[in-house]
Amino acid sequence: MPTDALTVKIEVEQQGGFHLDVRFEAAPGITILFGPSGAGKSTTLAAISGLVRPSRGKIALGDDVWFDAEKKLDRPVHLRRVAFVFQSLALFPHMTAAANVAYGMDRGASKDERAARAKKMLERLRVGHLEHRRPATFSGGEAQRVALARAFATNPKVVLFDEPFSAMDRELRNDLVRDLRSFVAELGVPMLHVTHHRGEARALGDRAVLIDGGRVTKEGPVKDVLGEDGDEVVPSAETREGERWGR
Amino acid sequence: MDLAPLVLSLQIACAAIVVAGVLGVALAALLTRERLPGRDLLDALVTAPTVLPPTVLGYYLLVAIGRRSMIGHAFEQLTGSSIVFTKTGAICAATVGALPIVVKSGRAALEGVDVLLVRAARTLGASPTRAFFTIRLPLAARGIVAALMLAFARSLGDFGVTLMVAGDIPGETQTASLAIYDAIQAHRETEALGMVLVLTAVAIGVLYTVNRLTARRDAH
Repeated sequence: MPTDALTVKIEVEQQGGFHLDVRFEAAPGITILFGPSGAGKSTTLAAISGLVRPSRGKIALGDDVWFDAEKKLDRPVHLRRVAFVFQSLALFPHMTAAANVAYGMDRGASKDERAARAKKMLERLRVGHLEHRRPATFSGGEAQRVALARAFATNPKVVLFDEPFSAMDRELRNDLVRDLRSFVAELGVPMLHVTHHRGEARALGDRAVLIDGGRVTKEGPVKDVLGEDGDEVVPSAETREGERWGR
Repeated sequence: MDLAPLVLSLQIACAAIVVAGVLGVALAALLTRERLPGRDLLDALVTAPTVLPPTVLGYYLLVAIGRRSMIGHAFEQLTGSSIVFTKTGAICAATVGALPIVVKSGRAALEGVDVLLVRAARTLGASPTRAFFTIRLPLAARGIVAALMLAFARSLGDFGVTLMVAGDIPGETQTASLAIYDAIQAHRETEALGMVLVLTAVAIGVLYTVNRLTARRDAH
């Protein structure tokens, strides 16, 4: 089981003059990225996944270097093995739930094998009945569960969640959070979870990194960073700004 | 009514659409790349046939595939016949008119696919090529089919470039639009009218189908 920490030390220049300069480490387990909208959380995830290229810095998982600006090393997105769950989920509308889940699986496995594993994964997330249905027919909660199944079915080395639960009601969210914790514990990999929601952060996270204005302003155990109480959502005009980066 | 020119037009348009389809979708895919150097210039070059006079296009084609050109010479060595003033020449002429339509509409269809879906595919381990063929292309399929149909209708009606490159040889390169011109010149109005009506019906049928196709896509 991999137990390497993810090291992120990057600077990203974005159109419009936004400058991101973040440094932190994420050990196996769940690390919350918390902060106001436009602080740079989504861009940070995009850079880790390889969808955005930092101008300076380094990204490594243990000794395995994914990006090093000085050495001109930049591993392509599809070889990084990250599981990225977007706010909009980005399920493939022309594929069934099972095909969505099988899409990221090891292509060395036979088609039947992949289909069987996809089915199992969907069942584990309690959406086995959706196997042959397409995303247009899913409820919000179902779509989130399928997106989770798709992400974890890839055997990822790092898990990145960009507020996939933001549109969910509380009960559903608590339910999913439990499933999520068990998956991450089982995989033993670092997971970064972006959220505006303090309650969700506390329920999910072990550690938290507070990002504001493109900088890390605080990091440590969740309770130290976010405080003991309060369940409010950080005010935000949150749209999909974070998913609009180039590349 | 002599059906030969209509049949020939259909054959030529079908062949042209295969060539323009493959070439056009490949060019459209290339043009969706944001970091492509000289992207705007390439776009202008590909689109130019829609605004250039047919005589100018015909001139370029004659230079490119005429008997003394490299391509024309090589083709003649291989097949024993020239490209110009044959059916092959007429297919080339029809392709030139069809290509910009495939590229323009095809590109719009490809760019209409939510880029986030392509990115999701990439994070799931898909190479750029796999992401294109499994996500972008199938999701743009409806728009691309519409583009191909428009291009088909366009190549069916080509006149100027075909005349310059392929001539007006009955049974070989005399397409319906050329035959209509000849019929009018020779005062065979009824014959012209027959072909005019057929071409009009095909054009309107294609446009109607394209509208239906694209409307259903918007409804998704």
